[in-house]
Amino acid sequence: MTREDIIKPENLVYRRTPVLTDNVMHYCPGCGHGVIHRIIAEVVEEMGIQENTIAIAPVGCSVLAYNYFEIDCIEAAHGRAPALATAIKRLYPEHFVFSYQGDGDLAAIGTGETIHTCNRGENITMIFVNNGIYGMTGGQMAPTTLSGMKTATSPFGRDTEIMGNPLNITELIAKLPGAYYVTRQAVYTPALARKCKKAIRQAFENQKLKKGVSFVEVVSNCNSGWKLAPVKANEWLEENMLKYYPLGDLKVPEGK
Amino acid sequence: MAFRGTLVIDIERCKGCAVCTTGCPNKCIALSKMVNKKGYNYLEMINEEACIGCANCAVICPDGVLTVYRVKI
Ligand SMILES: Cc1ncc(C[n+]2csc(CCOP(=O)(O)OP(=O)(O)O)c2C)c(N)n1
Ligand code: SF4
Ligand code: SF4
Ligand code: SF4
Ligand SMILES: [Mg+2]
Repeated sequence: MTREDIIKPENLVYRRTPVLTDNVMHYCPGCGHGVIHRIIAEVVEEMGIQENTIAIAPVGCSVLAYNYFEIDCIEAAHGRAPALATAIKRLYPEHFVFSYQGDGDLAAIGTGETIHTCNRGENITMIFVNNGIYGMTGGQMAPTTLSGMKTATSPFGRDTEIMGNPLNITELIAKLPGAYYVTRQAVYTPALARKCKKAIRQAFENQKLKKGVSFVEVVSNCNSGWKLAPVKANEWLEENMLKYYPLGDLKVPEGK
Repeated sequence: MAFRGTLVIDIERCKGCAVCTTGCPNKCIALSKMVNKKGYNYLEMINEEACIGCANCAVICPDGVLTVYRVKI
């Protein structure tokens, strides 16, 4: 059987979703942001909601997310994506609204917006990309940076005596009554990426129920900030990040 | 049920990160010694006969480089 026999429209099993634009993403090679964007776009495609989905991009490496989603997007001030998402969802309650934020955006400058949006139980989907570092600005320590982890501003490793403890904000959020569905996922293996897609699908479907925030943390990498080649960075993620940020559901709706 | 698969690789979009190679069950893919216009060692198939079209590579590629085809054999 030749290549030509296989490459036929009826044999297609996977192609780049048209809910992503043709633009080449500016992310570093191997960065999880690209995979997470693609999964969200595929969910939007599969649910048939491209025309009535609105994305809120953050400040951070994904500040330019609007260049990549073939859907309506707004870029929020640093940390304010959940506040903007709140406003948009209240004005367009039948639209699917999601925020997309890094850990610096969601768990540092935007902690207030994050907590209160979840506590109010806004009927939105929040995607939280946790790579334990400020990727965009050159790899500074974030609240989520692991104990002992080296960054540009903790060159000898995070010393929790001076620099405080890593913040597991997703656990906090799970305790809030307004949080309806809270889960932690990853995308560095095919099985995990497929599982993450199911979780993100669930998080979007939940908006139909109007029961509160659906919150998906994705533990991701920052090859540049971590100063590791992409494959090594994913190994480091598995060995280190998952100890402090274990994968799995933190809160599932009753009866699910 | 057995499958034969193959990839169409958008070479200019590839950033040579090699993440996809870690997901392939049959070691069908590897980075080329050649580079694309941006200077990245792009992905190529090194063992096309062993490809089963599982799309594992494609679902972890951050840059949407891969299109996967599959037939039953
Ligand atoms: C008001 C304000 N303060 C600080 C900055 C600098 N800044 C830009 S991105 C960023 C943090 C980004 O980190 P994260 O949210 O984790 O995103 P990543 O790049 O890691 O995906 C900071 C502090 C800014 N742009 N605006
Ligand atoms: S700096 Fe880090 S988070 Fe930003 S694109 Fe590069 S790898 Fe991704
Ligand atoms: S489709 Fe599956 S078998 Fe074929 S190259 Fe990709 S991962 Fe390997
Ligand atoms: S994962 Fe994508 S960008 Fe990275 S080497 Fe494979 S095909 Fe290229
Ligand atoms: Mg970050």
